[in-house]
Amino acid sequence: MLITEPNLHNPDEIYARLIAAHDGLSEAESHALNARLVLILMNHIGNHAILTEALGHARPTGGTGQN
Amino acid sequence: MQDLVEQRYDIAFRMYPYVRSADQDAAAVRHPVIVIGGRPIGLATALDLGLRGVPVLVLDDHEGAGLGSRAICFAKRTLEICDRLGAAEAMLGKGVLWNTGKVFHDDRLLYEFNLQPESGHAFPAFINLQQPWFEKFLHDAILQAQANGAPIEIRGRNRVEAVTPSAEHVALEVMTPEGPYRLEADWLVACDGARSPTRNGLGLDFKGRVFEDNFLIADIRMKADFPTERWFWFEPHFKSGDSALLHKQPDDIWRIDFQLGWNIDRKTELEPANIRARVDAMLGPNVDYALEWTSIYTFQCRRMDSFRHGRVLFAGDSAHQVSPFGARGANSGIQDVDNLGWKLALVLGGMAPDSLLDTYDAERVCAADENILNSTRATDFITPKSPMSKMFRNAVLDLAHHLPFARTIVNSGRLSVPCIYDGSRLNGPDHPKMPRRSRPGSPCPDAPLGDGWLLEELGRGFTLLAIDAALPEAIKIKGLTVQRLSVSALANAALRDRYLGAATSAVYLVRPDQHVAARWERYDETEVLAALARICTA
Ligand SMILES: Cc1cc2nc3c(=O)[nH]c(=O)nc-3n(C[C@H](O)[C@H](O)[C@H](O)COP(=O)(O)OP(=O)(O)OC[C@H]3O[C@@H](n4cnc5c(N)ncnc54)[C@H](O)[C@@H]3O)c2cc1C
Repeated sequence: MLITEPNLHNPDEIYARLIAAHDGLSEAESHALNARLVLILMNHIGNHAILTEALGHARPTGGTGQN
Repeated sequence: MQDLVEQRYDIAFRMYPYVRSADQDAAAVRHPVIVIGGRPIGLATALDLGLRGVPVLVLDDHEGAGLGSRAICFAKRTLEICDRLGAAEAMLGKGVLWNTGKVFHDDRLLYEFNLQPESGHAFPAFINLQQPWFEKFLHDAILQAQANGAPIEIRGRNRVEAVTPSAEHVALEVMTPEGPYRLEADWLVACDGARSPTRNGLGLDFKGRVFEDNFLIADIRMKADFPTERWFWFEPHFKSGDSALLHKQPDDIWRIDFQLGWNIDRKTELEPANIRARVDAMLGPNVDYALEWTSIYTFQCRRMDSFRHGRVLFAGDSAHQVSPFGARGANSGIQDVDNLGWKLALVLGGMAPDSLLDTYDAERVCAADENILNSTRATDFITPKSPMSKMFRNAVLDLAHHLPFARTIVNSGRLSVPCIYDGSRLNGPDHPKMPRRSRPGSPCPDAPLGDGWLLEELGRGFTLLAIDAALPEAIKIKGLTVQRLSVSALANAALRDRYLGAATSAVYLVRPDQHVAARWERYDETEVLAALARICTA
């Protein structure tokens, strides 16, 4: 089961690190960073059902691009 | 004189020169089985049927193997099937053995892999062999079988011009250098390739995807000391293509493959000077080589809705087409043959109703879908279809350099493995204690047996394989003889791991194509007869 209840013990801190990781990168470099990050986390989770659920949450529901 | 049977390509080996047949001077002569196409799949079909004693006639509009290689990688399962057909020894003798490879991105080596086949199998995971040689060895085995009385006939420069199926038979119109004649067949097997005139003539579908990319194939001859490995580059630094492949074949021939993109001018790209510029950039200066054969391909992944249409059966590229990444074309076609031959023989022998042939369709459609899925995914990885797809692809490649997990995502072709017919209606009982890999529907894994191998001991028909279990003297149902094979796993770890698992004994009912039909811990006559009846009344 995908955890959608709060699970980060310090959300502000780790969110700031995510943003900081992109400092000074071009948009293309940022996209590439995100892609690598998704892949790394995907492997760590390693569970198809959870990942499929996560993909469902991430994909815009209207199907046209906006959430 | 006008050439009545136009030759569309040059021949590497002239295997079946045109000879006038008495049928050409008769009213439509009826044959039990006619095969259209005398290339890998048609030849293998003829060989399989002929060795089962089924008279078979092959018609091909050329006289032998086409010049230039398409397929080069032949997989273990193909070799096992060809061994049953009597052609594997020659293939193994000439073929190049390989099991290691390297994957590069730009100028970086990302990782090396080893297909490291599990030990205890007669055949390696793969050999590389030019397709014309593969065809020649099948044909040599046909000559051998003919000498031993197998009822196989091949007619070169016989072009099938029309196919008219009816409920009782199929009528054919055939053109030869000396004019037309007619034939009839109880069953027609169309092995006439991806452009299948039979399929088109009958107005049948061939749906799927075309990939918007061109690949340049250059087979070059050079004396070089590159290792016998598969080298694959994504976005190579030498800029000869968006991807590149280097792979060794016999006779100092190397297969080079460049991805050129969609908008190209074929004629310009095929100019030898332009090909040499790409090859030079890849191999570096001062490498001496000759261009043997070059060609540009676009790829498609598609299949027919159904491989059986009444008395007409489709096998090989006529039924399904995949991109070459994964070497699933000829390899899967040979498995079609393996699946079809015994079923057709049982139906022709009156041992099974023709509905058994519907299971050819069901099982091989499943296999084709698996091959198409794998080959589509490989092609999508090599040729990403959107900027984001390319972003992720390159992210995988970046990570693969230092993180092992990403290497498993890199996809330059998932190499051909046989399909397991899970869910086939021919499958009988399974046993929970036995290993998954040999469950009903699976091809029997090979294992060492005395000085030889398990697979070569399996019969041409059905076999009851007993492992540390007792079998009765003889098993016969309505004229069907089941061969018995009793072995022990007590001092044979491979046999134990592959067939017994947690069980102490096992009885396997093995189909003529060496796929498992059912398995039990002990022999039980009622159970075995029921499993056989399930197949023979399918
Ligand atoms: C670049 C490339 C690389 C490949 N690499 C691999 C690989 O490594 N491994 C692999 O397994 N597969 C590979 N393949 C696929 C493989 O080449 C094909 O799957 C295989 O040739 C199919 O064999 P076939 O007998 O079904 O058809 P074909 O080889 O196309 O033979 C059809 C035959 O039917 C004849 N014919 C057609 N119409 C008529 C008619 N009307 N009357 C009489 N005869 C007729 C033709 O002349 C021909 O002889 C590759 C393909 C390509 C293009």
